[in-house]
Parts: sequence; structure tokens; C-alpha cells
Amino acid sequence: MEPQTDTRTGAAPEPAAALAAGQVSRWTRLSAGFTGGLGVVVLLLALVPVAMGATLVQDLTTLLILVLMATMWNALAGYGGLVSVGLQAYIGLGAYATVWFSLQGVDPYWGMVLATLFCAVVALPLSFLVLRFRGAQFAIGTWVVAEAIGIYVGLDNQLGAGTGISLVQLDSYATSTREHITYWLTLALTTFFSVIVFMLLRGRLGASLQAIRDDEQAAASVGVRVVSAKRILFILASAGCGAAGAMTAANILFVQPTAIFSVNYSAFMIFMVLVGGIGTFEGPIVGAVILYFIQQQFGNDGTWYLIGLGAVAILFAVFLPRGLWGLLEERTGLRFMPLGYRVRRRARELR
Amino acid sequence: MLVATGVRRDFGALAALDGVDLRIDAGDAVGIVGPNGAGKTTLLNVLAGTILPSAGSVSFKGQDVTRARADARARMGIGRAHQIPRPFGGMTVFENCFVGASTGGGLRRRAAYERCLTVLEMSGLAELADRRADTLGLLERKRLELARALATNPELLLLDEIGAGLTDAESAQLVTLIQELNRRDGIAVVWIEHIVHVLVQVVERLVCMVSGRVLADGEPKAVLADKRVVDAYLGSAAA
Repeated sequence: MEPQTDTRTGAAPEPAAALAAGQVSRWTRLSAGFTGGLGVVVLLLALVPVAMGATLVQDLTTLLILVLMATMWNALAGYGGLVSVGLQAYIGLGAYATVWFSLQGVDPYWGMVLATLFCAVVALPLSFLVLRFRGAQFAIGTWVVAEAIGIYVGLDNQLGAGTGISLVQLDSYATSTREHITYWLTLALTTFFSVIVFMLLRGRLGASLQAIRDDEQAAASVGVRVVSAKRILFILASAGCGAAGAMTAANILFVQPTAIFSVNYSAFMIFMVLVGGIGTFEGPIVGAVILYFIQQQFGNDGTWYLIGLGAVAILFAVFLPRGLWGLLEERTGLRFMPLGYRVRRRARELR
Repeated sequence: MLVATGVRRDFGALAALDGVDLRIDAGDAVGIVGPNGAGKTTLLNVLAGTILPSAGSVSFKGQDVTRARADARARMGIGRAHQIPRPFGGMTVFENCFVGASTGGGLRRRAAYERCLTVLEMSGLAELADRRADTLGLLERKRLELARALATNPELLLLDEIGAGLTDAESAQLVTLIQELNRRDGIAVVWIEHIVHVLVQVVERLVCMVSGRVLADGEPKAVLADKRVVDAYLGSAAA
């Protein structure tokens, strides 16, 4: 039997396997359209600085950083089952590495890219430590590592110690140029990491990771290299959070250890992913948009704002564990991204 | 193909396995029986690499795998179906099998698809391919457990009480399927089962374990007639 392309599924179909028992397809008309739509959104976002005002550019920078953070936390927890309360380690490291590279005379924007790579490099040896932990141990263990790194950085006088340090090197750029470059770099990094996650999940590693999330021992029993799969994901999430931290530094121009290594970042990431829909590609984006508007509205209400976020996250975890996007998928039965596999049993009358 | 020598496994002061020797040749069909707590599942765990033995050695296809991790053994050709099904609940039935075919089976995408569709057809799950595994009933979960192990293209299949709780018609289907896998496809089978009359339809050899030791190992009729086996295991049921 020749492999054949399923013309009924519409645009950009992947060659489906034509077999005795059925056909396996990944793209559908809906998912091709939706994925293409996301691409168009990215292109439109790239044009924003040209067409729109400075306020919107800054707001969108903040939003894109949230999307990046949520996407990374979801990749780790929603697809790898690695629930971390310590990714702020890399947000802080990314921000401080940017400052450090800038102090060495590197252009700050190149410094942000280097800081992202630096976080991946740091995550590799740390993964040998924290990936020994399971479940709650991993969550708390990564948090401890984050606190330790934060304290260590806070002792460094060259980096402003506990009072923090400004990213003065960005002053060499005119304000609007700086804001535009910061925005474009944030968009580029967020897109880059989203595409990497997308490709990872579509590949065979994606299926293996979900298997690990659902039952680690059973995953091993069918041949999944559990530890190396987790390691790849952990390093990816660390680098992504490093990028988010670097862009945060560029966006607010000042870093301070207790703020940038704050566990609040983990709270935000957990909120976005739980509300948007854990284990879905789109959920974290939805969650980021929601958190962004909540921050605009209540961000200055201090403690009550955080209590409110926590309460909402708990309500979602208990009553709507698959989040808003999960609910949408459940109710409609639709899959908007071509990440899964659909089997069509051969319908003989059509041939 | 698989040789376990002097395998011992202690849990605290308890010796769950107390010096087990077992030899499985290619294409063998071996049943393991014994009272609860005899160490049957522990033995399967040691063979699959889920737990490591406290002493003794295990080799597979001539290689020493005593310390090899479960995933490495799965890729070498040891498939395993758990006593309590352990599906990947957030994935579809097909995707459950795809994980096995693409990792343990080492198959490229197209070949993995084909393998999965074949095993789903064989195990009567083809209709349910797109269902999320956590929505399946117990019987379907058991079928998926077997299908997923088969997707890894094993040379040796370790089955742990996959027949428990089945109706007569269902276990007849299961017997046919295992016979096919063993006799037609040449897959060696090690099957733990309490339902002896089902087991003996498939296996050519029966091992009876008691208190972490092999009490008898041989032709099923002879083992079932063995006085020690009757006393230790069958006695209560046969009385």
C-alpha cells in the first residue's frame, strides 16, 4: 500500500500512513489554520513598534515575557511532570548575567543572548542534582537551589550586592530605539522558545515526555530514557527562563536580588499555566494574557492581590484542573495544534 | 535467552527472592504460579529491571543486565505488562502504543505507526485508538497494557496476571492471542497467573514459587501433580 496524502484534511497535510487498519494523521484543516494564524500574529506583533505608540510596545514586552515564562513552566510541568517552584533561579541568573556581560563591555543585547545560553550551561550540572528528586522533593529542591543562588548573587559587590544594580549600559541607546529593540528581542526569544517547545512536543520526545509525566515507571518499562528526556526539558526551561529574566532586566532597567529571584515568579507561572490549561500548548498563552490584565488592574494591591491569585489558582486546580483551554478542548472535542495523533479507521466506501 | 542465577532480593529483613534460578529460551512459554507473597511479581520486577537484585545475576541474550535500567532492557527486547494496568492517562490509546513503538521498539515514525495499528487491531482496541487512556474501563486498560508492551516489539514478554477478572469468553480470547504471539511470532512468554486452567492452555512449562524460591520447574502436568506443589499452593484450592 502506497502512503498517501489525505486531501480531506485540507491545507499542508503531512503524509499520512495508509495502512490496513487505518490512517494516522497529525495535521487537520483546523490545526493548520490555527498554527498558521499564530504565525500571522507573530508577524503582526513584529510590526507593532512601527505602527503603534511607546506605551503599547512596553505593555506588550511585559506580556511577551509572561508568555515565555508560562510556556517554559508548562513545558516542564505540563509535559514532563516536573513541577518546579524554582525557575526564578534562571530568571534571576538571566538578568544578572546580562548585567555581568554588560559590565565586561559586551553590548547589553548580545549580553541577553549570552545570558540565555549561560543559563542553559548552568542548568546542565544542576540537573544532575535536582533530577534525582521526584514530585514534591523536586518542587522544593529547585526552590532551595533558587534561594541559594539568589543569596550568593546578593553577596557580590560588583553586581550591586543586596541593593541591586541598574543596566546603565542601555543608556547608550536612544529611549525609543531601546524600547523597540527590547521589544523585538523579546518577541524573537519568546517565538524561538515556543517553536522549540512545539517541535520538541511534535517529535518522538514529546510522546515520551508525556508518558513520563503520566507514569514514570511505566514509561521506563516501554523503553523511554527517562532521565535524559527530563534533562533536555529542564535545560530548555532553564534557558527560556534565563531569556525571560534577561528581557525583564532590559524592560525595567534595574535588577535587585530579592525581587528578581523572588518565588513570586513561580507563583505567577503556576497561576498562568493552571488557569490557561496545563499540558496544552495554547493554555499558557491564554493564562499570560489573563494574568497581564489582572496585574494591570490589581497589581498595586499588594498582599491581597497575591492572595487573590493564589485563591483563583487553587479553585482552578480543584474544579477545573485542565484550565480554560483544556475545558474548551474538552467541550468542543477540537485540537487546535497538531501535536497529537489521530487515527482514522479506513473508510472503505470512500475509496 | 534470559538466565537468572541465584537471584536474591531483600526488603528489610524479608527475603522476597531467596536464590532463584530461572532459564528462559527463545520461544519458550513459561507459566509462574505460587501463593500470594511467593515473590512472583518481585521476580518479574528483577527481570524487567524495575528493581535491582540484592545478589545474583541476570543476563539477556548473552549480555549481563543485572544492573541495567528498565528502559535499556525494554529497548533490548523485554516487554512487560503490569498486574495493575498503568496507562499513560493523558494520552490517547494510540499514543500510548506509539511511545512503546518509537522508544522500546526503536521504530521510525512510519514503521511505528504501522506497528501500533497492528497491535491495536490484534488486541481489539482499534475502535478506541483516539480515546484518552484515562477514560478506559478496566478490561480495556488491561488490553492496552498488553498492546503497549507488544508495540515495543519484544522478544520476551513478561505478563503479570493479565487474565485476572476476565470472563470465560474474554480469557479464551486472551489465550488465543498469547498463543499466536508465542507460536506464530516466536515471542517468549513468561506469564504469572492464578487461573491455572487458563495458563496451562498456553504454557509448555510451569514454575511454582513458594517463599521466594522455585519449588518446582518443569512440564505443567508433572508440576501440578508434584506433592510439594499440591501442599504449598494447590492444596487449599484443590481440597
